[in-house]
Amino acid sequence: MGKEADTVVKKAVKNHGGDATCLLDIIRDVQDAMGCVSDEAVLQIARQLGISTTDVEGVVTFYHFFSKKPVGKYSVYLNNSAVAVMKGRAAVAKAFEQGARCKFGSVSSDGVIGLFDTSCIGMNDQEPAAIINGAVFTNLTPEKAKDLVEAMKAGKDVNKMVKDLGDGQNQSALVKSMVNNNIQKKGQVLFAPFEGGSALKKAVSMNPAGVIDEMKKSNLRGRGGAGFPAGMKWSFCRDAAGKKKYVICNADEGEPGTFKDRVILTELPHMLFEGMALAGYAIGSDEGILYLRAEYAYLKDYLENVLAGLRKKKMLGKDAGGKKGFSFDISIKLGAGAYVCGEESALIESAEGKRGAPRNRPPFPAQYGYMGKPTIVNNVETYCTATRIILEGGEWYAKMGTAQSKGTKLLSVSGDCKKPGIYEVEFGMTIQTLLEECDGRPAVAVQVGGPSGNCVGKKDFGRRICFDDLATGGSIIVIGSNTDLLEVVHNFMDFFVEESCGWCVPCRAGNVILRNKLEKIMHGNGTMADLKELEDWCLIVKSMSRCGLGQTSPNPIYTTLKNFRELYEAKVKKDVEYSTEFDLAAAVEDSCKYAGRKPQLGEHS
Amino acid sequence: MSDKITFTIDGKECTGKKGQTIVEAAKENGVYIPVLCHYDGLKPAGACRICTVRVGGRNMAACTTPIANDIVVQNNIPELEDMRKAIVEMLFVEGNHMCPTCEKSGNCELQALGYRYLMMAPRFPYLWPTKQVDASIPKLYIDRNRCILCLRCHRGVTTKDGKHIFGPVKRGDRTMITADPELAAGMTDKQAQQAMDICPVGALLKKEVGFVVPVGKRKYDQKPIGSEIQGN
Amino acid sequence: MSKPVVATASLAGCFGCHMSILDIDDRILQLIELVEFNKSPVDDIKKFTKQCDIGIIEGGCCNSENVENLKEFRKHCKILISLGECAIMGGLPAMRNGIPVEECLKEAYLDCPTVDDKIIPNDDELPMILDRVYPLHEIVKIDYYLPGCPPRADLIWEALVALLTGKELNLPYEVVKFD
Repeated sequence: MGKEADTVVKKAVKNHGGDATCLLDIIRDVQDAMGCVSDEAVLQIARQLGISTTDVEGVVTFYHFFSKKPVGKYSVYLNNSAVAVMKGRAAVAKAFEQGARCKFGSVSSDGVIGLFDTSCIGMNDQEPAAIINGAVFTNLTPEKAKDLVEAMKAGKDVNKMVKDLGDGQNQSALVKSMVNNNIQKKGQVLFAPFEGGSALKKAVSMNPAGVIDEMKKSNLRGRGGAGFPAGMKWSFCRDAAGKKKYVICNADEGEPGTFKDRVILTELPHMLFEGMALAGYAIGSDEGILYLRAEYAYLKDYLENVLAGLRKKKMLGKDAGGKKGFSFDISIKLGAGAYVCGEESALIESAEGKRGAPRNRPPFPAQYGYMGKPTIVNNVETYCTATRIILEGGEWYAKMGTAQSKGTKLLSVSGDCKKPGIYEVEFGMTIQTLLEECDGRPAVAVQVGGPSGNCVGKKDFGRRICFDDLATGGSIIVIGSNTDLLEVVHNFMDFFVEESCGWCVPCRAGNVILRNKLEKIMHGNGTMADLKELEDWCLIVKSMSRCGLGQTSPNPIYTTLKNFRELYEAKVKKDVEYSTEFDLAAAVEDSCKYAGRKPQLGEHS
Repeated sequence: MSDKITFTIDGKECTGKKGQTIVEAAKENGVYIPVLCHYDGLKPAGACRICTVRVGGRNMAACTTPIANDIVVQNNIPELEDMRKAIVEMLFVEGNHMCPTCEKSGNCELQALGYRYLMMAPRFPYLWPTKQVDASIPKLYIDRNRCILCLRCHRGVTTKDGKHIFGPVKRGDRTMITADPELAAGMTDKQAQQAMDICPVGALLKKEVGFVVPVGKRKYDQKPIGSEIQGN
Repeated sequence: MSKPVVATASLAGCFGCHMSILDIDDRILQLIELVEFNKSPVDDIKKFTKQCDIGIIEGGCCNSENVENLKEFRKHCKILISLGECAIMGGLPAMRNGIPVEECLKEAYLDCPTVDDKIIPNDDELPMILDRVYPLHEIVKIDYYLPGCPPRADLIWEALVALLTGKELNLPYEVVKFD
């Protein structure tokens, strides 16, 4: 074993040039070769890179898809997002457990099948879904789960387990996935016809400042969720001192319910890469990085091939887009399973081969980003939109949308609706209109912007989707009357507890405390005082946390306490000032069992 | 352009030098901002958030935010003070802090903040996590029951060539400090002492010594933490 | 007007907090003037004979008898005070909280080298052991907390006087300590 680890590690380290900033890639190679990254492997990696074992172990244990213990010949990562639960996840999970004869969070005794929960994998429109050894399986049923278990036991290649391919480029030779795009509505910006190369050629015919001017005129705001004006970000970076600059694309959409970037990556990669290239031209960068979430690793070969094609067409590489002296190329870096890496500075840390904990700011990435160099980090959709803006002009773009939110937005719609999928809509559309389009009319609640966003009820369905009113990075989850909203809230809190990076106290401890309090109320052991505390504590976590994750993680509770207070009040005891979860029978059960006596309960009270 | 910067904290005129953080400049101006993960000379982490102040209406960690001319800092305001107290209370419930049994008691910065904020009992329920003690290092042990993940040891205790002897592993509420066994085995007595001193709580303790200073003479027995800055 | 009635108890504690009550020295004479004691180890009254104004409890809950006792106190006392670290957070007995109760029982009664009759006590007369040690406020409502191991006599005195007379609570820095 020791010798094997030695050989595998040596090879992995060598493959990545002994570069500690490639630590994630090195670990991935070792994990793929050995099925885990053992203590021995951790030590070897550390010594060969000349770093501390704590740095290596810190990374191995930070990311969900790395493991120090074997994860099985086949590792089933079954999504546990709220929508997966709505769509029958429990029965599918049970079928996997019965078939594999092991529980989630463990590996079958023969080491063949490992079952693991995982946060939203970007398939909310085709749940329940799972990733098995990198391949995605959607619309699972207990029967399909059973078949998959049989195939795994028979040692079948995962790619051969995929029977029907999805639509569009999901069928292409390098993807061959059963994933569906479900494009329900095409708009003028992203899904209008696009002639490859046209935008970059136009951009390089302008001067870089002119490109940024168009961006500013368009008023395009970042599409990842925070909504920072892209043109301003680009100009900060352009003005930052230093020759070396980076263009990073954030393809780590982890907000539960978001899957729009997956569809762009599948159908519009040319548009995306062109957007990155023209951004490089605008800010004076020669290097782009696509940070691709591990859940979308099945698209990597396909995307590499698109990049190769662009190089062939001279849209990337030396004299890119035909512009003498402008050189730009793009590489792909894979994540390894961590929602927090969607935060731009955490993403940069991760791309540098470290734990994906956000950085303290200032300095901002535009000054001090990847490898300490000025960097822009933008969302997949933002770059695609920039491509269209350069083609059609900033003014054209700014005519669409609302005062604070120009243009169109790609929405990922899922949950209790008949037509889940992707909708490109003009900013300002009301929730009501969207519900009609996706046929989610029996909705009692809509989660706008994912768990970190806002949960609104019927009285707010007239509100508009835009930064001025209900902001969203794209996630729209329709919640019907058959779904227990508090269960959804609890699922979201589980998600934040799982995904907190653990760096700061309010997010690390606060989310656990909030979830526990929610549970107390859900168990019927809460009082009105508990509701008050719950609200106060949400504010503490929101006010004191270090990054956007902790600042928004109480929102599932906080916004439902505001918009659905009656659900909470129905659960609490209104006439008592104190209530406890303490249960004497449960508390003495174990000790009585081991002492061999019958619990005597209640005779004295 | 002069490097001198003027700004106010709770209305008090303060001056500082360009590049200083709010915590550093406040200290020089005799203003105490509570800190826990901050340690003079180490790169700030912004981990505990207890130094959160309000700058122009926004909450910022004073240990990571640089001063700038004319900024208006709010520090000692009831709403912030209560949230800072809440942070102390969160730390008390997310670990297993048995002050009566802890060698650091009386010299512990977390405990001292508990005193300063008159924490009679945390407002949050105890979480009772199961944590492991690591006694495998020759010169000291790591008691994770007491660790507050301030990352001071991670930042401040390194080998001569700059390798981290301690570092965080896992994530979220499962995050814990661990040591590189080989590097930790090479620690000198001086380094072990330094590690113990850098730890604000009793999570890193030197072996074979203990309870040297009698009750009453320990750092925070008589005067609250921060009094050395405020001068009271 | 009749004097306020005080009751005290030590649950899973070491009686150190009660020692600290006695540690108010000659002020105990003033205390006797101020209050009447009911159920308490101080006067050895075993059962509540009337409703009390203040209940002071040392120690957390480690077994069913502690829980019963605590609930009795809550029923009979207008105000309930958690006295000392064990009452507030379990204290030393709570150091077992990270260890499964089975292991604790095994270690104490079966594997311990000084035990002769290797049997886990199971007489019905004995209190039942809880899965972990609980602070008082996790079981009943607690009105005030006086930390310390033990709480300083001055803290106890100041708090009682403030409570009994309505005088403003004056706590010098030295009196609130967790050890």
